Amino acid sequence: MTIETSSKTYVARSPRVAARMLGQEMLVMSGTDSTLFTLNPTATILWQAADGATPLHEIVERRICADFDVKPEEAMRDARALTEDLAQHGILLTSEQPLATASPAKEPTRP
Amino acid sequence: MPELAEQIECYSVVIAIGGIPVRVNTSDAKFRELLEKRYAGFVAAGDRAEDRAEFEFDVELDPPALIDPDIDVSVTCHAGRWFLSRGDFRAEWDPAARRGSIRQSANPYSIDAVLRIVHTLLLAKQGGFLLHSASAVRNGKAFLFAGVSGAGKTTISRLAPPDATLLTDEISYVRKLDGSADASGKAGYAAYGTPFTREWAERGENISAPVAALYLLAQGPENRIDPVTVAGAGRGLLSNMLFFAEDQDMVQRAFQAACDFVQNVPVFRLTFVPDARVWELIG
Repeated sequence: MTIETSSKTYVARSPRVAARMLGQEMLVMSGTDSTLFTLNPTATILWQAADGATPLHEIVERRICADFDVKPEEAMRDARALTEDLAQHGILLTSEQPLATASPAKEPTRP
Repeated sequence: MPELAEQIECYSVVIAIGGIPVRVNTSDAKFRELLEKRYAGFVAAGDRAEDRAEFEFDVELDPPALIDPDIDVSVTCHAGRWFLSRGDFRAEWDPAARRGSIRQSANPYSIDAVLRIVHTLLLAKQGGFLLHSASAVRNGKAFLFAGVSGAGKTTISRLAPPDATLLTDEISYVRKLDGSADASGKAGYAAYGTPFTREWAERGENISAPVAALYLLAQGPENRIDPVTVAGAGRGLLSNMLFFAEDQDMVQRAFQAACDFVQNVPVFRLTFVPDARVWELIG
């Protein structure tokens, strides 16, 4: 199962946001205007995998198609739309080249 | 030889909110009286060790004509110094030097806004926050009732039984307790009384107690308590937190403080009718 792509898109979490997985939901707050977002399960997977080094189509193949019963082309189309949406809100960065700005998506150490 | 310099009187008031004493200096005796009246119950003696000011602000009074009510609040940080402004005040604060200055007219609202902002910045660094919520102490525990204007903060405060002590009906002050994790590893928080309130409302008592629960207020046809998911609790808390700084580091800290709180303190939705029996569910 592979996705044919004419160009690679790389996605990275913006360093200008605060994020935390609370229960089953990922909350993300913009560091610039304090807008709060709740990501749906697909967006959460995309967000967590957006390391700036893995192309979007690989994230879709390995993480989304593996977890959801969805055709690769359809998943890729949805992922592109989702990526654009998150990028418009400043939550994700996108580029045709690898991005080095993302930090690992890990839970902060609990007190 | 005539005096070349006129000696200017300096009056001070130490305002201790949330256990953090802040000294306010002014050359205007009437303004000092105004502060003492506005912050009655929260004015510290200043000569005891525990009342010694952690921060100090010099207030310079301008004529009221200089106020522009259309300019919104702005809180920015440059080179470690905070710059606070609104149509009715301009202030600077250097946390490292523990000093700041405020220019405003002789009114209590401007300095009240400055103090709220300064406390939100201090609290964010310590894992605490100011919250749009009423709070009260009952049986040695603090209960918070959060909601936007009209949600019922004042109503539930007025319905409180005689054995409950009101901390505030408007702005709650929450501090994370150092090294307070209990046997289950949960961190502890304390709520403090505040003088931050509307002009006609009653001030809270200047006491504190460990936070037992946060209730997200909703008015409905019956009194009931419902569980809230931890993410729902986070959203509810964040939507009621006071935060002003246009600073990414502080936004991060405030966000993480809210998330830590809801992972350590029980949060519920409290639906209530304007009836004192709602307090039978609390405490």
